[in-house]
Amino acid sequence: MSEEFKVEIVNPEKSFFSKEDVTEVVVPAFEGEMGILKDHIPIISFLKPGIIKVLRKSEEESYFIEDGILEFKENNLSILTSSIIKVSDLSKEKIDKIISDSEKETSLEDLDDQKKFLIDQKIDILRSLN
Amino acid sequence: MASLDDLKKRISSVKSTQKITKAMKMVAAAKLRRAQENAERGRPYSEKMNKIILNLSSSVSDKENAPKLLQGTGQEKTHLCVVLTSDRGLCGGFNSNIIKKAKLFFQKILNENKSLKIITVGSKGYDQLKRQYKNNIIEKLSFKDSKNINYFDANKVGKIIIEKFQKEEFDVCTIFYNQFKNVITQIPQEQQIIPLKSESEKDQTNNESYEFEPEEDEILSNLLPKNISTQIFKAMLENSASEQGSRMSAMDNATRNAGEMVDKLTIQYNRSRQAAITKELIEIISGAESL
Repeated sequence: MSEEFKVEIVNPEKSFFSKEDVTEVVVPAFEGEMGILKDHIPIISFLKPGIIKVLRKSEEESYFIEDGILEFKENNLSILTSSIIKVSDLSKEKIDKIISDSEKETSLEDLDDQKKFLIDQKIDILRSLN
Repeated sequence: MASLDDLKKRISSVKSTQKITKAMKMVAAAKLRRAQENAERGRPYSEKMNKIILNLSSSVSDKENAPKLLQGTGQEKTHLCVVLTSDRGLCGGFNSNIIKKAKLFFQKILNENKSLKIITVGSKGYDQLKRQYKNNIIEKLSFKDSKNINYFDANKVGKIIIEKFQKEEFDVCTIFYNQFKNVITQIPQEQQIIPLKSESEKDQTNNESYEFEPEEDEILSNLLPKNISTQIFKAMLENSASEQGSRMSAMDNATRNAGEMVDKLTIQYNRSRQAAITKELIEIISGAESL
């Protein structure tokens, strides 16, 4: 028995990533990091800003996402996200730009706590990448 | 009968029109390919989103307290219609088809004595609707400046809709757009997005029990606003592919018609030239004979 399952990551513009031979995925779920292996029970979860790690036999890839929804069913993992960037493609300037944009956003007044929390989290994660 | 000179001028003017339509067709064909690809690549996202929401809504236990975006406000007094059209003309029946469909719907609503509010996206829709429904149009948007269809623009529209919904300015929201089927067929669509109509109510095959994190309600109330932007984004993508397809076939027709016209005019030109020559010959011959 193989321990592999199918992963598909889509953003509004296109199907970003689709692989059939994934062994493990680590996602930043709403209530903490979550690892998903084959035969996980069906789950729908919200994602917060963070790093998705996709582990395959030969390699490991990381992606930075700003938000998302995750659905796992019958060994099919779908992740919907509005913005995703491969970590190795993130240059220092890009990170700085996202951080400064996010900081501007936090300075706006009409933010509820939850949003503020999410943006803070995003900044923290980007700082740790830097 | 038009003089030879006039005919000559007309032929050259039709020819230059043909050149323009031909170029427009070529540009539309190139753009169409990209737009079509975009539309096709965008489909999985909106389909998946819809599926997840359907799964979610079927498993919401407390129907009474479900988010209003899903259930509606419980009445159907005020309709908001979002009409998505293009910013440019010369694309055949593309815009008029949407407008026709929308007007039919407007009439139905007004006949039922419900109030109507309209948001137009794209300047052509506004131009066509402003004569008849000027007082109903509450907002007109246009994304002329953005080069490509992007999610950011769709999100802006979505935010406006949600804001208005939260202020209870309307009860039902419907969007109008053209669905791209192929280059010659685009089907005008009306799609209700608030409250969400679950078309596939019958197939309860996906009655699986999911694990949710956080709770269903919380996910739903986060997801539904996103879904609205997603649906609008999908509509915009379909629309842009349809626009290019429609323009391409319209320009193809125009090019062909211009070609036919040139042929006809050329024959007419040749005939009258020949007639003039014959006339002159007759004059010369009969002049010579009478000597």
